Amino acid sequence: MADATLQHNAAAVHGVGGEYEAPLLGAYSKKVGMWLFLASDSLTFGALLFAFSYNRIYSAWPTPFGKESIINATVMTACLLSSSLTMVLAVFAAQRHDRTWTRNWLLATMGFGTAFIVLHGMEWTKLMGEGMMPWKNPWADSVPQFGGTFFTLTGMHMLHVTIGVIYLGVVALRKWFLPILAACWIGGYFLIPSNSFFHQYGIHVLGLGLIVATVILFLKPKDYDAHDVEVSGLYWHFVDLVWMFIFPLVYLLSTKV
Amino acid sequence: MHDVATHDDSKGQYFWVWGALLVLTGVEVWLGYRQVFEPVRMLEVLLVLSVIKSALIIGYFMHLKFEKALMRWLLVISVTACFVIMYFFFFPDADRIIHLGVK
Repeated sequence: MADATLQHNAAAVHGVGGEYEAPLLGAYSKKVGMWLFLASDSLTFGALLFAFSYNRIYSAWPTPFGKESIINATVMTACLLSSSLTMVLAVFAAQRHDRTWTRNWLLATMGFGTAFIVLHGMEWTKLMGEGMMPWKNPWADSVPQFGGTFFTLTGMHMLHVTIGVIYLGVVALRKWFLPILAACWIGGYFLIPSNSFFHQYGIHVLGLGLIVATVILFLKPKDYDAHDVEVSGLYWHFVDLVWMFIFPLVYLLSTKV
Repeated sequence: MHDVATHDDSKGQYFWVWGALLVLTGVEVWLGYRQVFEPVRMLEVLLVLSVIKSALIIGYFMHLKFEKALMRWLLVISVTACFVIMYFFFFPDADRIIHLGVK
C-alpha cells in the first residue's frame, strides 16, 4: 500500500499520466516473448539437424525413401506451405476485425496441419511395417542410429505440429474446441489399429492437449484478439520453417533411386 | 492495436512468396530425386536452398521484414551466432570422436 501511495503522489507531483514507454523492440510483449521462445526452439532443432546431417555424411547411411515416400513428403511440404499462407490470411482478417474469416482461415490452417500429421503418421506406419524402429535399422545393421535419429527429429516436429493445431483450435473456437478435441482423441484411439504406435502412445498427445487447453480456457477465459492470432501465427510459421530443413536433409538426402 | 506492425502491403505478395516457396521445393525434389550431386555437395546445395526458403518465411510470413530494425537484427544476429558456435564446436568434436577409443 505504501508503494501505491508513493506512486500516486509521484504522479500527482510530476503531473504525468499513466502512459507506457514505447516498447524497445517496437513490438508488444506477447510478440517479443514468442520470438524469444522460437529462437530457443530453433536451437533445439538446430542441434538435432546438425547431429542428423553429420551422421548422414559420415556413416554408411541407408537410403530407404523411394518414389512413394518422396511424393508423400512433397505433398506434406505443400500442405505446410499452404497452411502458412492461410495463416497469413487469418492474421489479415483478425487485423480488420473480421471474426468470421479469421475463424475460417484458422480452420483452413488447421486442416492443412491435420493433413500433414495424418500423412506423416501413415509414413511412420509404413516404415515401422518394414522393420524400422528407434533402436533398429533393417537396411544397414552397422548404422542402428538411423531409426533413432529419424524418429526423434520427425517426432519432435510432428509433436510441434500437433501442439500448433491444438493452439490454433483454441484461438479459433475457444471452448467450442474442447469437445471436438475430445472426440478426435477418443475417436482416434478406437479407429487406429491397436498394434499401431499411434494407438498405444501417439493419440494420447491429444488427451494431454485437451487437459492443458481446458485449464487455460477456464482459468483465463478471454476473447482472443488480433495480437493473439498474430502470435499463434508466428508459432505456426516456425513449425513450417523447421520442416523446410527436415524435408531436404532427411528425405531428399536419402532417396532410393 | 497501435503497436501491431502495420504497413501498406497487399495480399498479392504473400501469394507470390507462397509460389516461390513451392517452386524452390520443386527444385529441391528434382535435385534430390535425380541425385545430381554427391552427398556432401548435395547437403550444401540443399542447405542453401533451405536457408533461402526460411528467409522468405521469416521475412514475409513471420513479418520480420516489417518489424523495427533493432528487433530484426537482434534476432537474426543472435540465432545465427548460436548456429555458428554450434557448427564450430560440433563438427570438430564429432570428427575427433570417430578416432577415439582403443585401437
